Amino acid sequence: MTDLTRLPAATLAGLLASGDVSSVEATRAHLDRIDAVDADVHAFLHVAGDKALATAEAIDARRAAGDALGPLAGVPVAIKDVLATADMPSTSGSKILEGYLPPYDATVVARLRAAGLVPLGKTNMDEFAMGSSTEHSAYGPTRNPWDLERIPGGSGGGSAAAVSAFEAPLALGSDTGGSIRQPAAVTGSVGVKPTYGGVSRYGAISLASSLDQVGPVSRTVLDAGLLHDVIGGHDPFDSTSLTDTWPSMADAARAGLVDGALRGVRVGVIKEISGDGYQAGVKQRFDESLAMLESAGAEIVEVSAPSFEYAVAAYYLILPAEASSNLARFDSVRFGLRVDPADGPVTVERVMAATRDAGFGPEVKRRIILGTYALSAGYYDAYYGSAQKVRTLIQRDFSAAFEKVDVLVSPSAPTTAFKFGEKLADPMAMYLNDVTTIPANLAGVPGMGLPIGLAPEDGLPVGLQLMAPARADARLYTIGAALERLLEEKWGHSLLSQAPDLSASEMFASEEGAV
Amino acid sequence: MSEITAQQVAHLANLARIDLSQEEIESLTSELGQIVEAVAKVQEVAGPDVPATSHPLPLTNVFREDEVRPSLTVEQALAAAPDRLDDKFKVAPILDEE
Repeated sequence: MTDLTRLPAATLAGLLASGDVSSVEATRAHLDRIDAVDADVHAFLHVAGDKALATAEAIDARRAAGDALGPLAGVPVAIKDVLATADMPSTSGSKILEGYLPPYDATVVARLRAAGLVPLGKTNMDEFAMGSSTEHSAYGPTRNPWDLERIPGGSGGGSAAAVSAFEAPLALGSDTGGSIRQPAAVTGSVGVKPTYGGVSRYGAISLASSLDQVGPVSRTVLDAGLLHDVIGGHDPFDSTSLTDTWPSMADAARAGLVDGALRGVRVGVIKEISGDGYQAGVKQRFDESLAMLESAGAEIVEVSAPSFEYAVAAYYLILPAEASSNLARFDSVRFGLRVDPADGPVTVERVMAATRDAGFGPEVKRRIILGTYALSAGYYDAYYGSAQKVRTLIQRDFSAAFEKVDVLVSPSAPTTAFKFGEKLADPMAMYLNDVTTIPANLAGVPGMGLPIGLAPEDGLPVGLQLMAPARADARLYTIGAALERLLEEKWGHSLLSQAPDLSASEMFASEEGAV
Repeated sequence: MSEITAQQVAHLANLARIDLSQEEIESLTSELGQIVEAVAKVQEVAGPDVPATSHPLPLTNVFREDEVRPSLTVEQALAAAPDRLDDKFKVAPILDEE
């Protein structure tokens, strides 16, 4: 019998539409898989098993009654905990929101429900999406399904691990500086950061409002396109939401699966973020992918983006500045934790300070203090003001590059998955890990990460990042799907089919306990 | 110019309303020093002729019709409050009682 958890969402959706499989069967299969492997992987902070089965049953009943349903109706989905869900706790990985039940759904979540998808639960993340490893989650890290001793990337390590460990065919993520694309790279999955404003941020717990974007996480490019089509488009509740009419991203992906899709496509390799100082196996797989694109008719051009060198520095001023203001809402008054001061007078201000001390983890405190510094009188122009100027320079580099090429490429991350603890003690080392992904957020352009092989030296996944001009998200799907097809034809299988069978490693947890 | 002192971190923590311990202030002082040194690099290229960008795809005049639309009920708004009194959020005194 077919293992339903192994199917791409598009295939599963086909079986649901034809009536060969029920949504209850598909949902139960994924819940069983979560039961079998999530004690080890810890992709989920909350699993809503009974609610998911009830939702699935309702979809099956609607299908039986002949209702017109969307293409992904009945397909299970995991939701990053940064997104507000009225029926599941939404903590953003923080103790300050432990058990918090929002009074409304994020727009993207409401759209999932309207399209008949079945929410399985909420996925783990670095606290308030600050991190690249999930080690900053207040609820413990997620483990990489390829090697349980290694990080799954971050902040959206939970969503990436959930799809990579076959616990869900689809997930939602959010990407402020790479939190969808970097986890995709290190787990061998696919993730897309849409054009800024392409997907609603309403109900996404804000980190840095001018950088945050919600996007799809999946195992195939087509699946990401199908999910993007569900969540994308204008939302009057988000004043930064674009009013554009968008083409179908799923159709764009399908257009990449025909012969000749890459003929004449101009691919720009960004000199500044494409190789020097990168892990050998990352560089090797990246170069092989370029050769593959070229042999399929694409033209490879080297382009320079000199300001990208300053992107990490600008980002770690703009992000903390915006985060320090956004996180001011955690004031112990309207929602979340309240802690009284241990001694001294109990005033609202002192309750607030005691609450924020108890509720925020070290990385959140670090960034709030840094942001408060960058915005303070006397330093504003030198730091925050300068960072905003760098942002202009980076946008100009993108514009100049896109005059010469259709898409830009780079490795998604400088290395494969690193071990837990490796970068935890050195914040700058962790920050530099985002060097490849940050420029797209600063400029608002869309980016996709997809797997391109395993690094020979450690057998761990390597990802390639595609970037397109603002509003040209469809281009990522066409070219991404075309490259994915070439790679899978060469391998004879998908990359994730080669990941360790985690259900056989149930031993792992018990072994650890026994030692 | 970016020498960060423990006194400065304590002041920032007060502004940010986070009751940091002495150990936290010490570790943050050295970490912030390193981070600020690294990010100060932005000043190298931020000349006076470069305009600042605050928003990647700027939109202007995002208005809606001035009409009532459904919103949270009082019960929904207060449901997650740490403390309440009738239909209001209840907090500790604003002023220190002398």
